[in-house]
Amino acid sequence: MSEIAEKVKAIIIDKLGVEESEVTPEASFTNDLGADSLDTVELIMEFEKEFNVSIPDDQAENIATVGQAISYLEEHAK
Amino acid sequence: MELKRVVVTGLGALTPLGNNVAEYWNGLANGVSGAAPITRFDASKFKTQFACEVKGYDPEKYFDRKEARKMDLFSQFAMVVAEEAVQDANLVEGNYDPDRVGVIWGSGIGGLRTFQEECVNFANGDGTPRFNPFFIPKMIADISAGHISIKYGFRGPNFVTVSACASATNAIIDSFNYIRLGMADVVVTGGSEAAVTEAGIGGFNALKALSERNDSPETASRPFDKDRDGFVLGEGAGALILEEYEHAKARGAKIYAEVIGGGMSADAYHITAPHPEGMGALNVMKNVLRDANIKPEEVDYINVHGTSTPLGDISEVKAIQTVFGDHAYKLNISSTKSMTGHLLGAAGAIEAIAAIMAIKNSVVPPTINHFTDDESFDAGLNFTFNKAQEREVKVALSNTFGFGGHNTSVLFRQFID
Repeated sequence: MSEIAEKVKAIIIDKLGVEESEVTPEASFTNDLGADSLDTVELIMEFEKEFNVSIPDDQAENIATVGQAISYLEEHAK
Repeated sequence: MELKRVVVTGLGALTPLGNNVAEYWNGLANGVSGAAPITRFDASKFKTQFACEVKGYDPEKYFDRKEARKMDLFSQFAMVVAEEAVQDANLVEGNYDPDRVGVIWGSGIGGLRTFQEECVNFANGDGTPRFNPFFIPKMIADISAGHISIKYGFRGPNFVTVSACASATNAIIDSFNYIRLGMADVVVTGGSEAAVTEAGIGGFNALKALSERNDSPETASRPFDKDRDGFVLGEGAGALILEEYEHAKARGAKIYAEVIGGGMSADAYHITAPHPEGMGALNVMKNVLRDANIKPEEVDYINVHGTSTPLGDISEVKAIQTVFGDHAYKLNISSTKSMTGHLLGAAGAIEAIAAIMAIKNSVVPPTINHFTDDESFDAGLNFTFNKAQEREVKVALSNTFGFGGHNTSVLFRQFID
């Protein structure tokens, strides 16, 4: 797993209080990991902070699963 | 319309003296001080370096990590005491109508730690706004009542009163009023505060409101002592379950005491200083006696606001002497803030509990830390100095006054069917 993927998973585990085994690439933040709309906003902000990127709202809307977050950040992280 | 009777059927406390009602009362009855050097932040540059903190509090004992992270400490404290009180009152699904159970909470400030952290983060950044989405819902003072209602599904009246140090007493009075008017069967009331932060201590220091007796924190809160030099900031929470009497009786609830009156008034004088003649304090005690329709002579114990500030203590005692006349000499008066410190918006909650437990146990908790008499006070008054006194307490009054000149008073009576 890439370093980015490791960090993304660690953030999700910390912010959503879920087990590592639940954080699969297909897992949806809201449907599988118990996040509400505010949790999702917070996750995006944490990703922005950790990877020093700015994720526009229209793109943030497309980041709904662990896998989507990892691939977005692998592409855009500085 | 006939007003309904209102009784107290459950209590919860998280205080500098103990983390439940039994421990809290044990501390009060034994004259223990809750003051100690501040542990919540490095206070070495502050004029006041001590406070009455809650001790041994572990959020993970009560919340999962995710839940705890979304609540400021003042909301966590609210949830902990609400749970103790709900359990104590044996409110279980089926013995109440959730649409008729309210939550009316008090907090003077709300999430001060959250506010401070978020503003500091922003100030330390490059101007890009990166505020946490939980910032506002963690910080706002009313969220405590929201959290309690969400946890238990209580769908009746729900809000938070904000009147500085009178907040929790306003919440208790509002709860009492809604129940006696028939608008709710049960209300979870009380208050919580967690302001032992850099901004809290620094802000009150700037007002010259806090004791600066850093060499002896445990003797710093000394209401009515000649050498008192300000209040000691406390933190924590208290919860009371108020219930319509017939409702309580029908479900076989235990009854601690009856709530018989609430009084409110304003000084209309100054933002922080009390009225020099205690005008607001005088009116609020007259109001509460009138509301309860009892004579001053029926009161046995006054748990005073008594914060240990030079001016406040004097004006409150003047007011007591005016309202109670010769009976003032027969009262037990005590300031439990000498032990707990000043819990601001939660003070009225934990002091109401002190008054109720005094009724229940026939013991008046003391005003500790009395060393030197102050000639400003009539030597004939009984301030219950230094040691608890045994006394049958049929009626107890609790006063709380807040910055802004808000005054509140509530009366509890031994329950007689």
